[in-house]
Amino acid sequence: MDLSIAALLAQDGITNGAIYALLALALVLVFTVTRVVWIPAGEFVAWGTLTLAGLQTGAAPGTLKVLVGMAVIAGLMEAWGCLRRGQTGRLPRRLAAWTGVPVAVAALVWWLAPMQLPLPVQVLLTLVTMTTLGPLLYRVAYQPLAEASVLVLLIVSVALHFTLVGLGLWFFGAEGSRTPAFSSTSFTIQGVNISVQSLLVVASSLALIGALALFFGRTLYGKALRATAVNRAGARLVGISPDFAGALTFALAALLCGFSGVLIGPITTVYYDSGFLVGLKGFVGAIIGGLSSYPIAAAGALLVGLIESFSSFWASAFKEVIVFTLIIPVLLWRSLTTTHHEEDE
Amino acid sequence: MKRVYILRALGAALAFVLAGAAVADINIGVTLATTGPAASLGIPQKNTIELLPTSIGGEKVNWIVLDDASDTTKALTNARKLISEDKVDVIVGSSTTPNSLAMREAAVDSGTPMISLAASAAIINPTDPKTRWIFKTPQNDALMADAVAVSMKANGIKTLGYIGFADAYGDGWLAEIKRSAQTAGIKVVAEEKYNRNDPSVTGQVLKLISANPDAVLIGAAGTPGATPVKELVARNYKGKIYQTHGVANPDFLRVVGKDGNGQILPAGPMLVFEQLPDSNEVKKTAAEYVVKYEQKFGTRSTFGGHVYDAYILLSKAIPEALKKARPGTKEFRAALRDALENSNVTGTHGVFVMNANDHNGLDNRARVMVKVENEKWVLVK
Repeated sequence: MDLSIAALLAQDGITNGAIYALLALALVLVFTVTRVVWIPAGEFVAWGTLTLAGLQTGAAPGTLKVLVGMAVIAGLMEAWGCLRRGQTGRLPRRLAAWTGVPVAVAALVWWLAPMQLPLPVQVLLTLVTMTTLGPLLYRVAYQPLAEASVLVLLIVSVALHFTLVGLGLWFFGAEGSRTPAFSSTSFTIQGVNISVQSLLVVASSLALIGALALFFGRTLYGKALRATAVNRAGARLVGISPDFAGALTFALAALLCGFSGVLIGPITTVYYDSGFLVGLKGFVGAIIGGLSSYPIAAAGALLVGLIESFSSFWASAFKEVIVFTLIIPVLLWRSLTTTHHEEDE
Repeated sequence: MKRVYILRALGAALAFVLAGAAVADINIGVTLATTGPAASLGIPQKNTIELLPTSIGGEKVNWIVLDDASDTTKALTNARKLISEDKVDVIVGSSTTPNSLAMREAAVDSGTPMISLAASAAIINPTDPKTRWIFKTPQNDALMADAVAVSMKANGIKTLGYIGFADAYGDGWLAEIKRSAQTAGIKVVAEEKYNRNDPSVTGQVLKLISANPDAVLIGAAGTPGATPVKELVARNYKGKIYQTHGVANPDFLRVVGKDGNGQILPAGPMLVFEQLPDSNEVKKTAAEYVVKYEQKFGTRSTFGGHVYDAYILLSKAIPEALKKARPGTKEFRAALRDALENSNVTGTHGVFVMNANDHNGLDNRARVMVKVENEKWVLVK
């Protein structure tokens, strides 16, 4: 192995690591605010790519049907809730938010899909679709159980994972898709070939992470989410709605995952069930960060990317084994260095 | 009270008549990987079942199709269920090698003939007493690997790099190509593995290129076969790229795009039946199937052809077996097995000439070499 091969492997590892980092951040975000171990994160990645690939062919992607279906269910749940509590006055606004907006988004994408718009617009449509799907998922699957134990929420996540994989097979078919590269050019520094595509991936990941840092540090909504993560009951006492915090968290997480999907599309072929493995690698990163620290989770995800890339060179048959074995020393180290406290429920 | 009696008697009579009708029908149990990782094989196969007639030799045929989700345990459970609950006369399936290997047990225990749709020759290895009841329609890996090695030799290739799935398919091909390459005097200089869902194969491809082989063989099925190609092209690999017949579906061409041009692979003749000379025996059957399939489901898939071939085998064997026994009986299943073993029919993938030592029966007529040109399959003459 010479230096140029090492440089190429490092570049490949960092590119994949940047994508895993977005996922790791989404997982940490969801866990800290809602205590949900969000296993279906990977499905949002795969759906992001497949939605964009669908738009590329000029067809309305199957994601829209899920969007409308979930919007209707969310609307019915809201209507039932309002009627039961006798708050019929609130019903129109709730319905507009939970059913009207998603249906409008779906209609817009459906209308624009056959127009073969330029790639950036299609990416935007994909992200809007995926971001709308996030809060709906929370409203339908998690919100009714928001106070349940972590274990119950985990079981819901597992069930959702299988449901979404099944829906993915139904809507997108068994074969995979690729999306076109944002740029196919490359340049050489010191004899090392660097592709603009991988630079774009890293740069846009960094930009998104920076935007998130600003959001959490500078805006009221961001601070509200942080408050909920620190202490749910306390946040509620000062007037932060946990339902709203959950929905907002899932919107952000869905945006992060959808964006990773858009970034991963040109690098590899994505299948309806590709998301799970990608999600697991993001999860390893998030675990390194103890499911609570954003910077360590991002660094951990980067490490996963690098290890994966180098082990695929040295021992390709054992690549996954090596990556997932990494979690054992990390767990050992974490359980030895952090003080354990029982979950107070 | 009396009325209830009459109703009961009527009900019993009706049930008896219905059961009698069900026994007289021929039940064909099918288990396919219509979901899970092998769904791209299972879905065209399930579509093909819908094209098949519901009577053979004047008897009504019930096709009972189950999904095994590409899962080995599920495939075996399905096989047992089909045998014990649906009392099937023959089992067709499953789409993959591991599933078919697992299902053999159920077929042998109950004395039910089984026609596998998977590639590995191990499924019907004649030295294994289990395989007495087992048949299969797809070409053996060895047949295809020999064709690849012959083509490589003709192209002056001396060294070969291999990258394939880290599963039974990839390992099977690696073993076969090592054997065929040795016969052809070709040296395998690099062996790499990857997974269907890997986001990147950069590491493996860099290692392949550093071994500098004259050609690379990719042992993969379906669209994942495109991932190493894209990487090899991106890294300016100048040698020839070979694929296996596992990628012979339209989605592979869609995903690999321009980068796929110039690749060579062995395939069943139905993939390019239009380009075959009229004298080719397989052309007529292949055309018949492909036209029917494409009218209803869009572009052809060679995997669907394996199901159609199983039907063709059965359509010849069932009338023979009907002469000896009634469907639903042990004697009928045994007669069906004997008739299948003496098959001599033309299918969509080749000509099946079976005997006690060869439960596949395909020969060189079941393979053609195909090249990708302008993102289309072109027959290599």
